[in-house]
Amino acid sequence: MNASSSSQPLISLRGVRKSFGPFEVLRGIDMDIRKGEVVAIIGPSGSGKSTILRTINGLTPINDGVIMVGEIKVNDPKVDKVKLRHRVGMVFQQYNLFPHKTVLENVAMAPIQVLKEPRSLVEERARKLLGEMRLPDKADSYPGELSGGQQQRVAIARALCMEPEVILFDEVTAALDPEMVKEVLAAVRKVAEDGMTCILVTHEMGFAREAADHIYFTDKGLIVEHAPPAEFFTRASDPRTKEFLSKVL
Amino acid sequence: MIADIQTFFRHLADSGINLTIFYDAFDFERFITGLGNTLLLILLCSFFSIVIGAIGAAVLTLSKGLGAAVVRGYVALFRNTPLLVQMYFFYFAIGSIMPVTKNDIGLPVPLLGSFSWAVISLSLYSGAFNVETFRSGVGAVHQSYEEAALALGYSRMQAFVSVTVPLALRFSFASLANNLVDLTKATTVAYAVGVAELLYVSNQIWSDSLNTIEMMNVMLLIYLVLTGAVVFIINRIETAMRLPGFGLGGV
Repeated sequence: MNASSSSQPLISLRGVRKSFGPFEVLRGIDMDIRKGEVVAIIGPSGSGKSTILRTINGLTPINDGVIMVGEIKVNDPKVDKVKLRHRVGMVFQQYNLFPHKTVLENVAMAPIQVLKEPRSLVEERARKLLGEMRLPDKADSYPGELSGGQQQRVAIARALCMEPEVILFDEVTAALDPEMVKEVLAAVRKVAEDGMTCILVTHEMGFAREAADHIYFTDKGLIVEHAPPAEFFTRASDPRTKEFLSKVL
Repeated sequence: MIADIQTFFRHLADSGINLTIFYDAFDFERFITGLGNTLLLILLCSFFSIVIGAIGAAVLTLSKGLGAAVVRGYVALFRNTPLLVQMYFFYFAIGSIMPVTKNDIGLPVPLLGSFSWAVISLSLYSGAFNVETFRSGVGAVHQSYEEAALALGYSRMQAFVSVTVPLALRFSFASLANNLVDLTKATTVAYAVGVAELLYVSNQIWSDSLNTIEMMNVMLLIYLVLTGAVVFIINRIETAMRLPGFGLGGV
C-alpha cells in the first residue's frame, strides 16, 4: 500500500530459470518487489506461479539467474538458510500445520527451536498473534480439531511469529470451502495492511484487484505483463492476458 | 493356598493330566527360570531391535551414500536368511573365534555366553525388519510437513527429528506389532544354542516327567498370552499417541 518505487527493491529476481527434468517451468523471470508492497501473481495452472514463490525462499533451487532478498543471495549454494527463512515466511495451500503439535506449539516452535528466542517471549507473541487471527481460544487445540479456514489462519500466525520481512502466500484459499475463503482473505488483508510485504499466488481475482499494489501475469514460465491492478484488469494489452481474464472474470 | 493348588494338581495327575510344574517344586523352578529368560529375551531384543530399526531408517532417509548402502546390505542379509542359520553362525562361527578367559578353577569361560549371542542374533534379525517398518513409516509422512519445517528455517536434520519422526512413528505401529509378535515367537530359536528359555526347560520337564502332551498345551497357551500382551501394549501406545484428524483411525 505504501510502495515507494524509488527505493531499492527488497526482493529481486533476474533471469530466473528452472527445469524439472526436460520441462522448463521458469524461462527467465524478472521481478522487483519493494518493502511494504503487496504483489499478486496470477496466471493459468502450470504457468510456474508457485514455483516462483518457492524459489524465493530457496525451497526450489534454480538452474540459472539471480535471486536477492535484501543482501542475501538466495541461489548461493552456501546461503544461510536460517537467516533467509527468518526473513521470508511462507503459507501453503494445504496449511501444512504439524498435526502432533498444539496450535500454540505450531506457532511458537520455530522461533524457539530455530531462532533460539526465549520461550516465554515467543509464546506471549504467539498468543497475541492468535488473538489477531481471531483464534484466541484455540491455543491448546490440535490442528485436526480445527476447520480449514481456522487452520490456515494458524498457518498465517505461524509465519508471522518468525517476524519475517516478507510472506509468500501460495494459493492459500484454494483448498478451502467458499465460506471459509472470506475469513482467510480477511486475515491476509490484515497482514498486508499492517505493512508486511506480501507476495500472493492466487486465483481470487477480486481479492488481487483490491488488495494488491501490483499484479504479475505469468504464462508458460514467463511473465507476460505486470501492472497496477486498475490498469491490469481494464487495459491488459497482451492477448494471452486478455484470454485468461475473459475466462476468469 | 499354595498347598491347595498343589493338592488339586496332584489329584488331576491321578486322573491322567500330569502338570508337574504346578505341584513339583523342582519342575516349577525350572519352568519359572525358563519363563524369566524368555521374558528377558523379549524385552532386551525388542529394545535393541527398535533402536537398530530407528537408526537404520534414519540413515536410509538422511543419507544416500555409503551409510545407506551398509544398511541395505545389513537388511538384505538378515531378512533373507533363516534365523536358525544366523544364530548358529553367531554362536558357532563367531563365538568360536572370540577370546576365552579362564575362571578361578581353570575352566574356560567364553567372553559371550549363549544368552548374549541369542540377544545379539535376535536383535539383528528383528532389527532388519524394523528398519523396513520405520522406513515405510517415514515414507508415509507427506513431504509437505517437512517442507513447512524447512520454510520455517529448520535444517533437514531438525525437520526429520521434530516433525517427520513423530509422525512416522504413528504410521509404524501396525507393522511394528507384527515384527515384535514374530520376535516373541522367534525367541524359541535360542533353544538351539542352549539358552534355558521356555521351550528348553519344557523339553527337560517333559523328558523327565513324561508329560509331553500337557507341556505342549502349556507352551501354546503361554506363547498365545505373551504375543497377546505384546499386541496389547503396542495398541495401548498407539491409542495414546493418536492425533485428531491424522493418520489411520484419526478423529
